[in-house]
Amino acid sequence: MTDQMIAPPIPIQAQGEDLTLLEEVASRTAGVSRLEMCIQCGTCGGSCPSADAMDHTPRMLFAMLRAGMRQEALKSNTPWICVSCYHCVVRCPQEVHIADVMYTLKSMAIRAKLYRDSTAPDFSQTFVGMVEEYGRSFELGLASQHYLKHFPLRLPNMMPMGMGMLSKKRMSLTPKRIKHINQLKTILKRAKELEAEQ
Amino acid sequence: MTDYLLYPGCSMETSARAYYDSLKAIAGPIGLNLKEIDDWNCCGATEYLGISLTPAYALIARNLALASNAANGTRTLVAPCSACYLNLAKADYYMNERPKLGQMVNEALEAGGLSYTPGSLDIRHLLDVLVYDIGLSAIEKKVVQPLTNLRVAPYLGCMVPRPDYQHRWSDHEQPIELDLLLKALGAQVIEFPLKTECCGGHMTQIGPATAFEMIRRLISGADEHEADVMVTVCPMCQLNLDGYQGEANRFFGTNYHMPILFFTQLMGLAFGIDPKELGFGLELVSAKNVLDTLGIKAPPETPPAPPRRPRKPEGLPMPKPLKRPKVEELEKEVTQ
Repeated sequence: MTDQMIAPPIPIQAQGEDLTLLEEVASRTAGVSRLEMCIQCGTCGGSCPSADAMDHTPRMLFAMLRAGMRQEALKSNTPWICVSCYHCVVRCPQEVHIADVMYTLKSMAIRAKLYRDSTAPDFSQTFVGMVEEYGRSFELGLASQHYLKHFPLRLPNMMPMGMGMLSKKRMSLTPKRIKHINQLKTILKRAKELEAEQ
Repeated sequence: MTDYLLYPGCSMETSARAYYDSLKAIAGPIGLNLKEIDDWNCCGATEYLGISLTPAYALIARNLALASNAANGTRTLVAPCSACYLNLAKADYYMNERPKLGQMVNEALEAGGLSYTPGSLDIRHLLDVLVYDIGLSAIEKKVVQPLTNLRVAPYLGCMVPRPDYQHRWSDHEQPIELDLLLKALGAQVIEFPLKTECCGGHMTQIGPATAFEMIRRLISGADEHEADVMVTVCPMCQLNLDGYQGEANRFFGTNYHMPILFFTQLMGLAFGIDPKELGFGLELVSAKNVLDTLGIKAPPETPPAPPRRPRKPEGLPMPKPLKRPKVEELEKEVTQ
C-alpha cells in the first residue's frame, strides 16, 4: 500500500461540536486509529474470543459510530467485554487499531456515564485508584473491594485461592508505595488537566 | 555480560514471585545483567487506558523517562510481564506516531521534572532478549539436566506476539520462539495451536462465566495433548490459569490438574538449579509431577495450617443430637 492511499489521520486537536462521532472517537484514540478505514468485513468479530458475550460485534459497533448512534454505541457492553487480545488488530485488513478504539469508547462511556453494567468500570476505577494512591497495584485491596461489591456470592468459592495466594505470599497484606509518589501525583494531576481541556 | 534495564512490574513482586526468583537465578549463568529501574510505578495494566488517555500514557511514560535517565551504555528496556511490555512499547510507539500525544504526555511529565523522547529506548520482552540476544545455542550449552520426557505446552498468551509494533516475532498467532527455547532445554514440546489464545485477562474479575470458558479451553487443550505442564511467559496468564483453575473446575464440574509454570522456572531446572530457588511450590496447582518426571526432589511444601483440635465428644454439656433415620430407611418407608 502506498502512502497516498492511506487517509491522513484525523488530528488529535480536533474539537468542537461539529465533529462527527467517528471523528471524535478517532481524535480521542492514542496513535492513528484508522477507524475511518473500516470496510465492514467482520474479520474482527470472527476473530474475537469473547464476541459471544458482546451486545454488538466490533464491526457493528463501528457501523454505529459511523451512523452517529452515540447513545447506543456508548451504552454497548462491547468495549467492556473486549479482553485486549489483539487478535482482531493483527487480522484487520485495514489495520484499524481496534483495541485502542475500545479503550477510547470505554473512557467516553465513563465520561458520559452511559455504561449499563458497572462491574467493569468499577473494577478499572478501583484498580486505578490504588495505583494513583500508591504508584503500584494492590491486589488484596482491589480484590476485597471489588468482590464484596460485585461478587459477594463468589467469595466462598474464592477462599481456597485467596488463602493459597496469601499463605504462599503471592499477595501482600499491605500496599507498597513508591518513593516519589508525590512526583507521580503531580504528573497525573497535570495530565488530567490537559485531558480535561480536550 | 550484556547489560539491560529491567522493568519488573507489580506482579513480579507478588503473584508472580516465582517468575522473578527464577529470572534472578538464571540471569547469572546465561550472562544477562539486569539493572532494575529505580522507583518505577505500575504501568496501569489494561485498566487506566480505558479511563483517561493522557493520564494513562503519562503513568506509563514516567517509567520510560526514568529508564532513559538510567540508561548507561544500554538502551534496551526489558519487561518480563506481557501487559507491562505492551504498555511500555505502546506508549513509546504512539507518542511517536501521534506527536500531539507525545507533546501532552511530556507536558505532564515536566510537572514532575521528567521528559521522554519517543524512540530513545528499545523496549523488548524477556523471551525476545533470551532467544535473539543471548541465543539458543548459548542457552543449550548451560543445560546440565535436559528436560527429557517432559511434555510441555508452550503458551504465550496475547500481548507478547501482538500487536508487535516493532515486528520482533516470527508470527502473530503461531510464533515459534518459545517452542525453540523449550526444545533447547531438551523438553518434548507439544503442538499447541492455542498458544496465543487469550487467558481471559481481567475477565475473571468482570465476567467470570466468560473467563472460565477461556481458561477451560486452554487447559483442556493442553490436557488433550497430554501435556505434563503448561509454560507461560506472563504473570497474568499464570495467575488466571493457575489461580482460577480450581474455580473453573468447580464451574464446569471438571477435574483438570494442569500445572502452570513460568518458562524461566524450566530453564532453571535444566540448568541444574535447586527448584526452591526457582519458586517451585508457589503454584496453586502443584507442579510436583514435573519434578517427579525429571527425578528431582521437590522442595518441602509450605506447612498446612495446624488441624483444629478435635472436639472432645464429652466436651460441652450439650444435649446429644437426636438419632435420625438414615435416608435409605426413609426411602424404604416411602416406597413401601
